[in-house]
Amino acid sequence: MAAASGTLQAATVLDELRKCGVTHVVWLPDSETGYMYEAMLESELTLVPICREGESMAVAAGLIMGGKRPVVLIQSTGLFESGDSVRGLCLDLHLPLLFMIGYRGYVGQGRTPTDSAARFLEPILDAWGIPHYTVESDATCHYISEGHQQAQAESHPVAVLMGKEYAG
Amino acid sequence: MSGATPRREISEPSAALRVFSRARKDEIVVLSETTRQDWPPLSTRPELDIPITGSMSKASSFGLGVALARPDLGVWVLDTDGALLMNLGSLVSIAKAKPANLLHVVYDNEAYDTTGGQPTPGAGIADFRAIALGAGYPAAYAFDDLEVLEEELPAILTGPRPALVVLKVASLGRRDNVEGMKPTYQAFVALKDYLAEH
Repeated sequence: MAAASGTLQAATVLDELRKCGVTHVVWLPDSETGYMYEAMLESELTLVPICREGESMAVAAGLIMGGKRPVVLIQSTGLFESGDSVRGLCLDLHLPLLFMIGYRGYVGQGRTPTDSAARFLEPILDAWGIPHYTVESDATCHYISEGHQQAQAESHPVAVLMGKEYAG
Repeated sequence: MSGATPRREISEPSAALRVFSRARKDEIVVLSETTRQDWPPLSTRPELDIPITGSMSKASSFGLGVALARPDLGVWVLDTDGALLMNLGSLVSIAKAKPANLLHVVYDNEAYDTTGGQPTPGAGIADFRAIALGAGYPAAYAFDDLEVLEEELPAILTGPRPALVVLKVASLGRRDNVEGMKPTYQAFVALKDYLAEH
């Protein structure tokens, strides 16, 4: 069945992760990425659930040191809480790591969000020097594999901002 | 004057780590705050050691990642109580992941030695052995006597994992003029390369 225009399907996201050879998803669920859970459970990916988002970068760093290819899947609010893990691990260790960030409060390109979680996300990523791309639908899912490739090539974290709830 | 019973503790923290150093084979050792200062002079395999600092105390989480990536290798996390209090949820994350190769050791001196020995919020009340068991670790131990630690460590090293070993040690305050570890990034790159070849 054809996807409705503008939807974002878990299967499309998983296909992007497969393209990249991702082995582990270190994650804490949120409303933007919660629909991924069942699909990830049924996939070949290893899920590593954590209790607080700051753990995710450290777990990912250990996985990378051990030769694996993780991604981190958390919400923007958790990214804010994780500041020192981003600084001290992701940036200082030059981790080739893709963050998939649930973009809480996102209301669309060019529109001003009322939720401060949305207003601060991109400026904070810019301040850290972390390139970021917004994924709103299946049509823009290619940013996931492209962002992952950029992270590997530059040995630097890259973020894709999941700007719309999954269609399942 | 206080009538409280003095805390039983191992007076020399490095002596407790020396027991682990003698038992070490080829385990990867992840270091935290003061253990990164006490361990290097004792280490028999410095090429397999890495300090994790500068991330608000995520050594235990980093150790989980290494343990999951390399289940064929043993991973020891030498943590501290102040650091673990900052990342207490990691006990549940580790218990959930069930890494059968992870040993988690914690200096419990009830103080922030790296900032001068001020008491932690857990001083006198937090029981890390009980917390670990409550979080889902299948095994947890606590030692305040060096001889007992020496006697029991061989069985712990072949016992269930993940396991927590609490070392009740004295607070020595800020360590100055000690030989430190190599920087984290340098250790990370070297150990990543090593693991790719082994």
